[in-house]
Amino acid sequence: MSNVIKLSDARVGDRGVIVSVGIHGDHQAEGIELERRLLELGLVEGANFELLHEGAFGRDPIALKVDDMRVALRRKEAASLTVELAALPLAAE
Amino acid sequence: MDVAVRPVRVALVGNPNSGKTALFNALTGAHQKVANYAGVTVERKEGRVLAASGRSMSVLDLPGTYSLRARSPDEEVTRDAVLGRLQDEAVPDVIVAVADATNLRLVLRLILELKAVGRPMVLALNMYDIAQRQGLRIDLEKLRAELGVPIVTTVATRKRGIEELVAEIETAAGPGWTSEGETWTAPDAEAIRGAHRRAEQIMRATVRPPERPDTLTGKIDGVLLHPVIGLVILMAILFVMFQAVFTWATPIMDGIEAGFGLLGSGVAAVIPDTGSVWPLVESLIVDGVIAGVGSVLVFLPQIVILFAFIILLEDFGYMARAAFLMDRIMGGAGLHGRAFIPLLSSFACAIPGVMAARVIDAKRDRLTTIMVAPLMTCSARIPVYTLIIGAFIPQQTVWGFANLQGLVMFGLYAAGIVSALAVSFVIRKVFWRGAVEPFMMELPAYKKPDARSVLLNLWLRAKIFMERAARIILPLMILVWAASTFPYPPEGATQPAIDYSFAGMIGHWLEPIFAPIGFNWQMVVALVPGMAAREVAVAALGTVYSIADAESAGSLLGATLAAQWSLATGLSFLAWYVFAPQCVATLGVVKRELNSWKWMWVMVVYMFALAYLASFATYRIAVALGGG
Repeated sequence: MSNVIKLSDARVGDRGVIVSVGIHGDHQAEGIELERRLLELGLVEGANFELLHEGAFGRDPIALKVDDMRVALRRKEAASLTVELAALPLAAE
Repeated sequence: MDVAVRPVRVALVGNPNSGKTALFNALTGAHQKVANYAGVTVERKEGRVLAASGRSMSVLDLPGTYSLRARSPDEEVTRDAVLGRLQDEAVPDVIVAVADATNLRLVLRLILELKAVGRPMVLALNMYDIAQRQGLRIDLEKLRAELGVPIVTTVATRKRGIEELVAEIETAAGPGWTSEGETWTAPDAEAIRGAHRRAEQIMRATVRPPERPDTLTGKIDGVLLHPVIGLVILMAILFVMFQAVFTWATPIMDGIEAGFGLLGSGVAAVIPDTGSVWPLVESLIVDGVIAGVGSVLVFLPQIVILFAFIILLEDFGYMARAAFLMDRIMGGAGLHGRAFIPLLSSFACAIPGVMAARVIDAKRDRLTTIMVAPLMTCSARIPVYTLIIGAFIPQQTVWGFANLQGLVMFGLYAAGIVSALAVSFVIRKVFWRGAVEPFMMELPAYKKPDARSVLLNLWLRAKIFMERAARIILPLMILVWAASTFPYPPEGATQPAIDYSFAGMIGHWLEPIFAPIGFNWQMVVALVPGMAAREVAVAALGTVYSIADAESAGSLLGATLAAQWSLATGLSFLAWYVFAPQCVATLGVVKRELNSWKWMWVMVVYMFALAYLASFATYRIAVALGGG
């Protein structure tokens, strides 16, 4: 089973590494802008993440730990990121 | 001008939550000037510093940003100020990049971007004490070499490192810097990725991760962001805030009201009663200026208390969490989670609410928020609601526990909130065709608010409000006074003087339009001065029904209204006040904030239309049920 999923499908406690940011081949102005904004907020390929919190309604938005900072975003935006989940819960880094 | 004598121009740039404003306060103390940038409505904060050498510096606190690639009006100002593109603003001589020493990654990327601009730069590693406490090791020498900029460690809240920073800025400014070169272009996604890789390398080479990382923020978030407990706590905070705004402020507000009353009667006693000019002067000063300024300044305590809560919660780091918790709830109506704060402020007064919408970086979301902010029940409506409810709603208990008057008051608040959500839903469907702006933001680490900085910010807010009262509201009040005073009633007039004035003429002229919703001409006349500020309508009703000093003789006015109006008319008047854009000052601020006459008129039209429809429905239904 592949453990590469969309970030929007992740659940609380999931952790791993960001694999890709931005939807490949999305040349719409909005897609390009979203990709840059995600990058500027530190959501960049290779960054470690952990999903910390989910909102009360529809589990949305989500709060992530990205490297050493905390970021909140909606699942809609999270759908343009793919992440590789750590196979097992990591022990202390 | 000779560069050696003019002040060194310094601009502070940094990520949000980097303690930039605290550093600005530590640098400039109380020597600050708050204004707006020419042509835009972003707040411009400038302060003066005197270096040990005697050289003077003017420091600009620019809005926080993650990138020069601006997304909001605030961030555009940061970009344009750094690049020297702002009209009436010279290029800064030195850029001070302010970094939270415990959160360097994103600011390193910003610094790389700033370096491309080519201005002399100094890096202030702020909150250095927290970094040391966490056991975070930063190799300052190496970082200096990697970035090629001088570095000063600072603790803004304790004024540590400030002198060193000033000295470093002076060195960086040199004897004179004249280049106006501007080499910055907006980076594309690949350039941002490249800068991230470079920042990552620098991080690895110079920063050892903390031995005792901040675990407190995670623990607090476990409670405050909990799907159930978090929402309960948010509601509890709101409850306390409202209690504070509406009960703690009352004694001070009464004091201010009494003070202005005394001032008015004092001035009236000094001005002679003879001749034809003196009474007019007295009326202008007492009824126009003093009563007008008083009617606005009376809200100062509420605004100060409201802002005290907002500033404390913001400095603590809670506001981003509130936006997180509320995003889905507000998102259902097409609002951004961050719209929560401006809409909350609008319960005190729509003016700070509309201004607070600046925190929303998405243009459409900001516009929607501003458009619905005046639907939130501001405190200026309270005197009107209290008067009409007191006159028409019996003081009785329903369902065994609820007070009927309180219930109606609650219903009016609820009507405002529900209609705000409905209107924003419609705006999104009609104007944006359902497009949704992204919601993403940093959740900053929790920090203990610094008392001095909170007080300073509070003082600035209060000052801005008072200046606005003087500059915008005072001329309006004088205009309304003139409309209600001139022309004079003819000899042997039988009606109150206002009936013969321009306001009275407008009232009579508009009466047929308002007749279908149950308003008589006296009410329409009262609506005209009510445009200056909603609660002035109470005083105006007093004038048209010839009850002097209506605000203190509220019960007498209430009894008169109860005798003169039907229940249906009273309810219709309440419904009108839920929706009508009865406040010129708010419209003025909306025009300024959006820099658009069009959207201001959209607001006027939609709110009047809603008010008319709501009053019409209320009146007709009440009449049909026997309340006519």
